[in-house]
Parts: sequence; structure tokens; C-alpha cells
Amino acid sequence: MIPASFDYVRPGSLDEAVSALAEHGDEAKLLAGGHSLLPLMKLRLATPSVLVDIGRLGELSYVNDAGDHLAIGALTRHHDLHHDPVAMHHAPLLSFVAGRIGDPQVRHRGTIGGSIAHADPASDLPAAVLALGGTLVARGPGGDREIPADRFFQGFLESALTPEEVLTEIRVPKATAGHAYQKFVRRAQDWAIVGSVVARVDGRVGVALVNVGPTPVRADAVETALAGGASAAEAAELAAEGLEPPADNNATPEFRRHLARVLTARALAEAGL
Amino acid sequence: MRVKLEVNGVTHEREVEPRTLLVYFLREELGLTGTNVGCDTTSCGACTVLMDGESVKSCTVLAAQADGRSITTIEGLAEGEELHPMQRAFREHHGLQCGYCTPGMVMAAVSLVTESPDLDETHVREGLEGNLCRCTGYHNIVAAVLDAARSSREGAW
Amino acid sequence: MSILGNRVLRKEDPKFLTTGGTYVDDLPLEGAAHVVYVRSPMAHARIRSIDTSEAVSAPGVVAVYTGDDVDLEPMPPGAPFANPAMVRPWLAKGVVRFVGDMVAAVVAETREQAVDASELVFVDYEPLAVVIDPEAAVDNETFVHEEAGTNVVFRIPEDFVSVGMAPPEAATEPPGLFEGCDVVVRQRIVNQRVAPCPLEVRAAASLWEGDHLTHWTTTQAPHAVRGSLAQTFGVGEEQVRAIAPDVGGGFGAKIGGYPEELLVPWIARRLDRPARWVETRSESMLSLGHGRAQIQHAELGGTRDGRLIAYKLGVIQDSGAYPGFGAFLPTMTQMMLTGVYDITKVFFTDISVATNTNPTVAYRGAGRPEATAAIERMVDIFAAEIGMDPAEVRRKNMVGNDRFPFTTPTGTTYDVGNYEATLDRVLEAAGYAELRAEQRRRRGAGGPKQLGIGLSSYVEITNGIPGSEFGSVEVLADGRARVRTGTSPHGQGHVTAWSQLVADQLGIAIEDVEVLHGDTDLVPRGVGTFGSKSLQSGGVAVFQAAEQVVDKARKLAADLLEANPNDIELDKTNRRFHVAGTPSASKTWVELAQASGDEGLSAEVDFAAPGPTFPFGSHLVVAEVDTETGGVVLERIVAVDDAGRLINPLIAEGQVHGGLAQGAAQALMEEMCYDDQGNPVTANLADYEFVSAAELPSFETYSMETPTPINPLGAKGIGESGTIGSTPAVQNAVCDALLALGVRHVDMPTSPIRVWRAIEAAKGKK
Repeated sequence: MIPASFDYVRPGSLDEAVSALAEHGDEAKLLAGGHSLLPLMKLRLATPSVLVDIGRLGELSYVNDAGDHLAIGALTRHHDLHHDPVAMHHAPLLSFVAGRIGDPQVRHRGTIGGSIAHADPASDLPAAVLALGGTLVARGPGGDREIPADRFFQGFLESALTPEEVLTEIRVPKATAGHAYQKFVRRAQDWAIVGSVVARVDGRVGVALVNVGPTPVRADAVETALAGGASAAEAAELAAEGLEPPADNNATPEFRRHLARVLTARALAEAGL
Repeated sequence: MRVKLEVNGVTHEREVEPRTLLVYFLREELGLTGTNVGCDTTSCGACTVLMDGESVKSCTVLAAQADGRSITTIEGLAEGEELHPMQRAFREHHGLQCGYCTPGMVMAAVSLVTESPDLDETHVREGLEGNLCRCTGYHNIVAAVLDAARSSREGAW
Repeated sequence: MSILGNRVLRKEDPKFLTTGGTYVDDLPLEGAAHVVYVRSPMAHARIRSIDTSEAVSAPGVVAVYTGDDVDLEPMPPGAPFANPAMVRPWLAKGVVRFVGDMVAAVVAETREQAVDASELVFVDYEPLAVVIDPEAAVDNETFVHEEAGTNVVFRIPEDFVSVGMAPPEAATEPPGLFEGCDVVVRQRIVNQRVAPCPLEVRAAASLWEGDHLTHWTTTQAPHAVRGSLAQTFGVGEEQVRAIAPDVGGGFGAKIGGYPEELLVPWIARRLDRPARWVETRSESMLSLGHGRAQIQHAELGGTRDGRLIAYKLGVIQDSGAYPGFGAFLPTMTQMMLTGVYDITKVFFTDISVATNTNPTVAYRGAGRPEATAAIERMVDIFAAEIGMDPAEVRRKNMVGNDRFPFTTPTGTTYDVGNYEATLDRVLEAAGYAELRAEQRRRRGAGGPKQLGIGLSSYVEITNGIPGSEFGSVEVLADGRARVRTGTSPHGQGHVTAWSQLVADQLGIAIEDVEVLHGDTDLVPRGVGTFGSKSLQSGGVAVFQAAEQVVDKARKLAADLLEANPNDIELDKTNRRFHVAGTPSASKTWVELAQASGDEGLSAEVDFAAPGPTFPFGSHLVVAEVDTETGGVVLERIVAVDDAGRLINPLIAEGQVHGGLAQGAAQALMEEMCYDDQGNPVTANLADYEFVSAAELPSFETYSMETPTPINPLGAKGIGESGTIGSTPAVQNAVCDALLALGVRHVDMPTSPIRVWRAIEAAKGKK
């Protein structure tokens, strides 16, 4: 319940934050809302020696209509994303998913950037950004870099960010043709046992799955089948292809594969397919 | 490090370790023991307080993160002797038994109703998903929150 | 008009709602050192060495103790007849026996320093083979306690016959037990291990002043704690003051004395300074006693026309690493074996075993929910087998109203009941016929979401442990009354209910009654709050003490008014005693209290009920089961409960609500799981499925009031019946939804994966 001791740095700007990370390297962790990191620190599963608190960088909290896409500041809280009129209008999937995370208190603190940078396969927003085919923008000592969501999630709690980089913006295409998030839980506040996200973007259908492997994953086989004219029901049958889901107290790998198919079928139907 | 927080309308400035959680700051530095600790995984909500008017779990906020913010705890909810409508509703509906989850539950409910006064039972139940109670079975808590929300819509807050 | 039976708002609440309660960890204790226990990460291991040197020299550390340092007599055995070789050490000596077993105590100036230093205690463990599965434990070659040479704590009936607690003929199965049965159904049922999870975890604080100990603790039974402390530290009970301040729930798990708590005064005495300890939730999940943990082999036989004839239940009770009260839960299961039914031929066996897991204790219901779960599940299985409506099978076999007092084949005598009426009422309230029609409609339509209707009729035993409870009433000089009660509440609303009892007798305002509890210096004797005993023991004691005070006052008024006591009336409206027919000749409580002199106007009662009472009821649950995902939504929980006369229906309903939620949670959500190496996998509230508001419906509750002749209030206990009735109703609802798919039984918790597997297995059979 009591984190190990650490030094606390509160940079006044994004560039100061990047410098602080560069200075402390692996020893440092970014703190945004803290709702991924602090729970680990309280159980001493994470013991960073420096926390770089970027939670107050107001410049990173926004939802902007950027023409063909939506630009969301990394420090936008789940609560704000859920209620943001621009997000609700242009990226209703993200807005909906943000409202399904954790509980209200968590949504009052947790941020989209924190959630994505944490790269937890059981987390909701990473799969949504994957399904939408989003792009992540990171600031490092060398400036800004864009990373497609498809290449961002590299392993369990492991992202493409280098230790010196700060995730600054999440870009997603405007997608209003239909969407769904089927989150299967035993208890409302829990992580998804399995989740299936469907986004219809420019005539394409994006499908991504939650908690079925070390990273959030695109259901490529489903997407390809749909693109090739398969029915939603036929496509959903392919949802578990290539998955190597984890086993835990709530599900075996086999049950997760089954759920991936069932939930994907339901999500596709809910998205109007 | 030095932090300065407004808690229940009073400004407090203290020297704390960076690792100090807001809940321990409130309980141990300020002696506001109404806010309880019920778990260590951000699950139970017993430690819920308002930060700038919104519910947060004070076990998962550093005092450093609350620096410069305004905090309301259960001790700051009533206006003198006058109970807040949410407190009154919890009493009238027998929405508490052992009392341990109560401060956090009440603060979460205040935030919920403030954000969306026009809520139904499902909304209340989902809105309290982050607050666990072992005694009441939630039945009377839900009734109390619905009642308080009604009074809020009628302008009583 | 009597205030008894009214929905009086709780007097306790304003404090809880404004400043919060005062729990142990809220108490200031100047100069207290903080204690953190180092716990074993291994389920079974030999301790090769413990290196405390780094911890000792860590900042702020005052002391680090290991098992060899503790110079106390061994902890008393947790249960009578338990194998003495299975006694728990204060801190592990040589061997750890479950994940969470304590190996060292780190004491530091601050909580933070103690936690930091606890990570610097290095223990070298040599892993030993583990015993986790209680069925395998019976004949295992690996022993939790090597010295015991067995994992069996005791067997029922054998070991009870040999000590004379059961007659010799009880030792063997009656010949021809299932003779005359057309149908016998058999099922292995797991009544899974659960974590009680009071929202306040354990905490203790101790202060020695010379040879006098003040000990604050979060307990259901402070007087028992006083006794344990006096025994442990070799001092008289008068030298120990045990205080239970506000207690944030207990549910049975805070009855006993845990070594964590009892060591705090030892540390305080050793260091000659106050000491305090509070556990984390993760620690609590490992080491606060767990509940249930029975594996049951049930056989139920009867006729094709629905008459139940014979019932056999064989229990394996998991007692955990250090057998305590958990080992005894099956005795309660045996007592309530046949539930509300008139089944004449029965046989019960139990083997209580030790395993490398956290010890089990009482948990809301404590052995009775296990009995009800078994028989209610079996009745449904039997009904399905003979193709009869489960409500009908229940009705056909219930003990009739003309049979009370009714003695069951296991020797339990039920006081009074009206079982069929609760069944009728719940069926009517729920709209049973319409629900069955909707179920048929959905089955016909064949969609993924099927409806299940689960019934459960229960009877349970409250105030089941013989003994008396203390209560006193004193009228103060200002006319207010002071109550002292030996049953110390932790959410049950005693302060309000006891105030009602006294206000009703004395004719004073509820606000003018003060209730003292939970402090052994303020209350001379007491037993505590558990087993749904408080109102019918402690409440009655207070009620009778109030009656005696009224009698004393009447006599005093008679003396003062120079009248015959028989002519003195208590005018409760005007709060005074007067001569019958002459209201002007009167004395107020204030006048009488002041006139009573040194003797005062007070009375003490130790009320020993002539026997336990048996609340009963019927619950009905409607569940929607998603046959594709295995997910279950509880749509309705309808409960009819009869706990005799209700003093405060508002509080009684609250008890029912909480019980319903906990029962539903066990049936649907919760299980404390260990992997096959004894590692707990649900060891915090993120992983343990503690039910929230979002998984439950609002409850539809109805009360009946059949007064018991056992006590003058006519009251029975209501604290546990909600749990006892709802658990099988929820499980039966889930199973009922799947019946048409060929599923016969799903163990608790009826989680998605279990439901899905059951459906898949049934498909395979087809």
C-alpha cells in the first residue's frame, strides 16, 4: 500500500519533461493520471526511482478536429473523452470506450495517453485505437515522431516508445459509420476477460481484440474476410485465428478463443454489419 | 517536498515525502480520518474524496498530484449542522451499516449526481461500480442516491 | 403505542455520515511503534535461515522478531479435539504452512519505515511438498504437520462417538438407508472457499501502563479478546481493557483472536512503548480466516411421486493449515442437514482436514449455508430427475405447521415454523406461473439468453451456542437511561434497537437512551455479536433489565407516594409513575432516580435463552443466462423471510439485503482460489470478485413474523438468513436455465467459464 521511495520531478513544459526523461533514463517513469502506474507502485511491482509528473501539462489535454482526423492530447482524461462533443461526434467509438474503463473515479484521473503508453493488453483504449487504425505521436530529444498503432504495441506492457519519449497525441480517423465495443466482464469495474472492438472507417472494417495475447491485437483474419465479402457471421468465426490467449482464473485460452468469436460476431452485428 | 492543498475550504501547507498518498496525507497529516482505506488495488473506493469537485480514489493520487487542488472529504460535506442532501438520504434510507465504506460511497455518489442528476437505477448502480460495500447489499444505497438525485433535480442542492 | 416494530432511523448514522466512524486505525496513540509482519510466499517450506540484519539496521527500525524470540506459551488450540500437533505458532518456527504464514515482525517508528524494512528480511526457504486439495489430503503421504502424522483433524461421527458426543449407533450408516426409494440422485458439490472481506481489515493497538494493558482491536467479541490476552500474558482479566471501537464489518471472521493481533501487546510490552498494527487488504486476503470450503458428496432418495425418504451427506471440510473453528463448521451442517424437509432416514459424515492454505473460520452462516446449499441443490436435482416442478417437491416434503417443536433426525429441535406459507408467498410475489411461461417461451425460441428460475426454502439456527449474554439498564439522575450490552455491534444497529427496547419499557425518548458497548471496562461481561444471536440474547437481557428497572421504580414510587405498588401505573406518554386513577400523585423518572440513593435505579441481567431459534424463509431468483458466453445477469431476487418478531424492520431489512448480496456473490462471483502449489490467485480486490452494485438487482423482500416461544421478545436472528437462502436460489436459477440444454449441475461460483464448460460437456454427451 506504500510505494517505495522515489524522487519527484514536475516539469513545466513538454520539452522539460523530455529533458527530465533523458536525464534519468530507465530509472524514471512518466506519471500522468497515475492510474496504471500508482497501483503497481503501491504493491511494489514497480519501483521507479524518479517520477516525472506531466499531469499538469495543460497543453496536452485537448480533443481537436484536425480535418480528416481527430487529434487527442495524451493527457485527455477518460472522463473528458467520454463527454467531449467533438469526440462523440467524430469518434464515437473512442468516446464510448473511454466511458467503459474502470469506474468513474478512475475515469476522472486516468488519461488516454497513460492508458496507451502502458500497453496493457487487457486495457480498452489500445484496442480501440488499433481498430480505428490510429497513429501515435511521440516527442523525444530529436523531436516528434509518428508511430502507427499497428506498430506501437510490441509486447506485454511494452510499447514502441523509447525511455526518453513522451506520448503526446493520439490521432484517429473520423469514423461515424458504425462501431461497437463488446466488453465481457464478470464485474463492472474489472478488466475485460475478452473484448472485441469494431470500427467502420472509410468503408473498411477494423476489428481489434482485448486481453487475448501479450498485446492488444488486430483480428486480421476477420478484417480480411470482411474485405473479401464474407458475411459478418462467417468473418467472426475467424476471430480466434492465430491467437495465443493467456490463461487465468477467469478463462482458459480455449474459452478466450471462443469468447473472441462470440463477441466479435456480436460487435459486428451491433456495428450494423 | 512542499505541498499546499485546500481541504474542506482550509488551506494546508506541509512538507511530505513524494510517495505520500493523498489518503495518508488527509488521515495522518490533517487527522481527517473519515476517509478510509479498504484495499490496496484501487478497487474498493472507501478512500473516495472530491478533487476539484470530482470523485477520485485518494489511495491512487499522490499528495504531490493534489498540490494546489481543492479537496472535499466527508468531514467537509455538511454545512455546519445541516447534513448534505446525500448524507440525509443515506440516513433516511438506511444506506449504511458498519459505516466503513460510507464516506467514500457518499462522496462518489455526490460526484455522480452532480455530473448527471437525471439518472435511473441502472445508471446509479453502474456509477457506483467502483465503491464496494459488504453490509448493505447496495439496495438502500441505490435508493438513497436516487432520492438525493431527485432532490437535486428539484433544486435542493 | 409501542415503538417496537417501527422503522426507527438509526441513531448511529449521523457520526458515520459526517466525520466517519472511529476505527482502530483512526485512533491516535502517542509514540506508537508500527508493526509489519513478514509473510511466507511459500505454501509449505522449511525455513533454513532468516537474515534480519539489514532490516534491523534500516532507518527507523526499532526491532525485528522471529519465531524464536517469542517467549509466550503456544497459542491455544484453535478447536477442541483438534490434534494438538496442529497448533499454530505465534511466528513460524522452522516450517511455514501456507502463503501468508508469518515469519517475522518488523517494528519501526513509522508505517513507511516498517514496510520498507520488511522487504529487507531475507528468508531462505527449502520447499516442501504441498497439500492443497482437501480430498487428497485425507490419505496423503505428505503432512501439513509432520508431527501429527495425518492431515485429518477429526472425523464425524467416529471421533464424536468416541468422546461421547454422539451415540454409538450414530457411528455407522443405517442399514437399508435408501430402501424404498424409487429414485436416488447423487452429486458431488463444491461449496467453495470464500473470503469474508469485511471492508475494514484487521487492526490492533496496544498500550501497557505498568501491568495494565489497553488493547484496541477490530473484533466481534471484545470480552473474548480480553480473556485471550489475560491468558496469553499471564495477567488477570481486570488488568486488561479490550476495546472494540467502531468495527467495519466482521461476518464471522473477526470472532477469534489471530496471532497478528495478539502479538501486538507482546511487542508493546517488550519495547515498553505502545505499538500498533494494521494489515493491508492483500495481507487480509491471505490471512484473515476464509469461509465455507466444503466438498460434499450428496445422495437423496425418494419416490417418483416426489416424496423424499433418505438423505446422505459426506463432507470433506478444508480447515486450512492451522485447524480452528473452520474444522467445526460441519457440526453445524449436520445440525441443519435436512432443512425444512421431513426426511426420516439420514446419514452424515465429515472428515475435517488440514491443508497448506489459510485457516478457515466462521463466515456469515458458518456451516448452515453449506447444509442449505446441499439439500436445496439436491432437491432441484431430484425434481429434475422425476420431472416434477421443484416448488412442488418442496411443498410435498416440508415440515407441517402442526409438527412444532419438531426434532430432526440429526437431533435438532426446531422451535416454530410456517414453511409452506413462505413458499406460497414467494411464488405469488414473483409471479411464478408467468415466469415459467416466459422460460418456456425462451426455450422454444432457442436464443442465446435463457431464463432460469431458482428456488430455495431454508431454515437455519440462530443463537446456536448455549450461554448467556449480559445487559444492564440504569436510569441516571437526569432521567436518561444508560444501557450496557455484552453484544458488541459492527453495523447491526444495536444502539438503535436497544434504545427502542428501553424507551418502550421506560416510556422515555429513544434519544434519551445511551448504549455502551465494546469496552470491557464499561461492560463487565459479554459474549459478542455472531451467530445471529444479539437481539435474542443481548437484546432480551436489556429488555428484561429495563423491566426490572420499571419494577424497582414502581416500588420506589409506591413508597414515596405511600401507595401499594400494584396501584402504581407507568404513564408512558407523560413519562411518570402515578397512583391509578390519581394522575396528580406522580413521580417522574428524574425524581425517582434522585430518590433512589446509592443503590440507584438499575438492573443487570444475564439472559440465557432456553434454546436456539430457527428462522426460515423461501427465496426465488430469476437469472438470465447467456448460453454463448456463460455470463449470468441476476434479474430478480425475491425473498420471504420470517425471523419472528421484528423490533426494527428497517434494520432487519438491511440485514436481509446484505445477506442476499453476499449469498448471491458466493453463488455467482466469489471464490478464493489457490493454484496447485498453494499460491493464492485471488489475493486482492482486483482479482477477487467482491460483488458490486452493478451486478445486483434491487431486492424484493417480504417479511413474515411468526413469534418464537423461546424468548420474551418472540425474536429470532436475521443476520445470516439472507445469505443462507439466497446462495442456493441463485445457483439453482443458473442450473435451471441450463436444464433444457442437458446440464445437470454447475458448481459455485457459477462463473462464465463453468457455465460454458457445462454446456459444452452436455453437448458432448448428446
